[in-house]
Amino acid sequence: MNDAAERKLALSHLWVAFIAFILACFMGEYQVLERSGFVPALESPAVYFASVSTHGVLMAFVLTTFFIMGFGYYTATTSLKQPIWNIKLAWSGFWISLLGTAMAAVPLLTGKASVLYTFYLPMQAHVAFYFGATLLVVGSWFWSAIMLVMFKQWKKANPKKPVPLAMFATTANALLWLWTSAGVALLVLFQAIPLAMGWMDTVDPGLARTLFAWTLHPIVYFWLIPAYTAFYVFVPKQAGGFLFSDEMARMAFIVLAVFALPIGFHHLYMDPEQASGWKLLHGIGTFVVSIPTLVTGFTVIASLEIAGRLRGGKDLFGWIGSLPWSNSMVLAVILSLLMLILGGFGGVVNASYAMNAMIHNTAWVPGHFHLIFAGTTVIMYFAIAYYLWPLLLKKPLFSKQMALVQLWTWFIGMGILTTPWHVLGLLGQPRRISSVVYNTLLTLAWKPYELAMIFGGLILLGSACLFIYNLVKTQLAPSTETFTEQVEYAETYHPVASVPEYLNDFKLWNRVIAVLMAISFGVPILQFFFMDTFGSPAWGY
Amino acid sequence: MQIESYLREFKGFIQDFCAQLRLIHVDHLEKKWINIAFLIVALLVGIIMFDAFVHGINPPGKVETIDSASLHLSKEFAESNLGVQANDNGEIMIRMVAGRYSFFPKSITVPAETKLTFRWVSMDVLHGVHIPMTNMSTMIVPGYVAEITTSFPKPGEYPVLCNEYCGLGHNHMWSNISVVAKEDWHTPAKPLIKEESNNE
Repeated sequence: MNDAAERKLALSHLWVAFIAFILACFMGEYQVLERSGFVPALESPAVYFASVSTHGVLMAFVLTTFFIMGFGYYTATTSLKQPIWNIKLAWSGFWISLLGTAMAAVPLLTGKASVLYTFYLPMQAHVAFYFGATLLVVGSWFWSAIMLVMFKQWKKANPKKPVPLAMFATTANALLWLWTSAGVALLVLFQAIPLAMGWMDTVDPGLARTLFAWTLHPIVYFWLIPAYTAFYVFVPKQAGGFLFSDEMARMAFIVLAVFALPIGFHHLYMDPEQASGWKLLHGIGTFVVSIPTLVTGFTVIASLEIAGRLRGGKDLFGWIGSLPWSNSMVLAVILSLLMLILGGFGGVVNASYAMNAMIHNTAWVPGHFHLIFAGTTVIMYFAIAYYLWPLLLKKPLFSKQMALVQLWTWFIGMGILTTPWHVLGLLGQPRRISSVVYNTLLTLAWKPYELAMIFGGLILLGSACLFIYNLVKTQLAPSTETFTEQVEYAETYHPVASVPEYLNDFKLWNRVIAVLMAISFGVPILQFFFMDTFGSPAWGY
Repeated sequence: MQIESYLREFKGFIQDFCAQLRLIHVDHLEKKWINIAFLIVALLVGIIMFDAFVHGINPPGKVETIDSASLHLSKEFAESNLGVQANDNGEIMIRMVAGRYSFFPKSITVPAETKLTFRWVSMDVLHGVHIPMTNMSTMIVPGYVAEITTSFPKPGEYPVLCNEYCGLGHNHMWSNISVVAKEDWHTPAKPLIKEESNNE
């Protein structure tokens, strides 16, 4: 099948994602430097908060959304072995999202939208920022729709057959994203835009925070699912073995999609507008959603063990040494899992209903999410890019060696950046300050950690530049006629001829999500319409 | 009658669902691991539930509304009524207003090893307050009263930091709290107000 059109579509999305990424990396290093106060000439809250807002939007919304769309189109077309349904619609989605990004970028970069990427109502940004963010999301809905249609069409054409795992996971993510983005869409359409346009005099910040919490947890699973997909469908083959269990993988994706949604209140543990009981309910759900991750850890490590033993590894741990550490996908998954384990421990603290009070909104929290997102998740985005770039361009990667150096430096830099960041949080440093002006002895203890973070950030920036350099050089290299590599999806250790319908479809799970969302968000949202509430007028910043 | 038939249908569905699930091949080691995963989660959830229900350790969650635009006109958060107050039973209540860019009053003194009830309100945008090294942490959302009960074990000077982005001057938003030994603390001479609704 000639898939040139699909390859171009995927590549365009991925380039937008990684251009956003590299710009945001430079901002990140500037921020860590500015924040430390070691360079007085840099200090400017106005520039700092414009930068933080832009860094957050680029990394969390632009990098992720475009990467996921591009990756989704490619896995859909290759795993189902059919062209993208309605590729014109896919391109429309791409341009709408890109237009939205550009529209949001102008106020962000000019300091007219320094409201951080979580919006902060009743603080108000320029209305173009809200419209831009909306368009970015609307464009991604086109992608979700295309994934769902392709899933449905394939199932119709192949009754009773299990949907290829890569497509199953991608469809789970498309469904998850539609549910996830609904919360923030309600916030933007019914609160942020009407307030910014002057159609409404006041908004309820309690309701705004509740709606954002709807989006805020599952969105991280939206970002994470491509990494997990790579764990399951690429890693075993790249390591030279088999996927340990196909059914458990499906189960994990289902539980992730279902339980990621009704648990957002762990972001509101410290908030006065929701009652403790709801917080406890969401807190329990937060622990439940760790189960698919624990299962994923088992399946991935078991798959790696099969590969290691097939490659001649002996003894209890001998198989680890015989894994192909020089394969970028295998190296990335090992480093990713290491960061996941460390970040997971931190996550237990955050998720703990009462313990969270110690670290809420301290530097611990960005330390945690950089480790889990920029570490665990983004290192897999790199590995996927290294794997897909040659396939998309039909040229070999510019340098495999450089890719390995890049992955190691990303891991080391992330360790040096996030460990002191966690410690700063335990020492009480608030997360969103642009400089330390508190006249208290406590701040003396913060200095050495801030210095370490600058070095961690520098290593990460260097690593990010290596990554982009490698991709650019691959892109610009002359075409080789002989490139014949094809995408290879992992085979299962126990091949499955059929799976129960519940593990091959999302109709039932969609209903389960609806019920769980009604239970966990119904009353907490409706309460704002029955309580005697007082809205807040718009404020500048 | 209708409910019964729904229940029957639901029961049938569950049975069918479980029967299908049993057909899935799960390796015996993986089964063991899944059980361990459930045990870990049950243990963590158990600890949290035990603390919540037995020790009463809960995050703030009173869901009490207030008009943030007219705090100065409210009885409770009028300027003269802010700060530390003790009632006849010796219970201590501290009323604080957060506004860009400080906490008011700027400096308060409280006794160590004593139950303290803080009531925080915002007069403008979102704020958060954290006293480092303690669990005195809450979001302060305009339109709501954030009430939190805690006690400080050790005397000392503690900074009170705003930990939620509230504008370009956010860095400068902080104040002080002195925690003094219980025996050195004297009840401030302030008029005792009656608990009245803020929303009149």
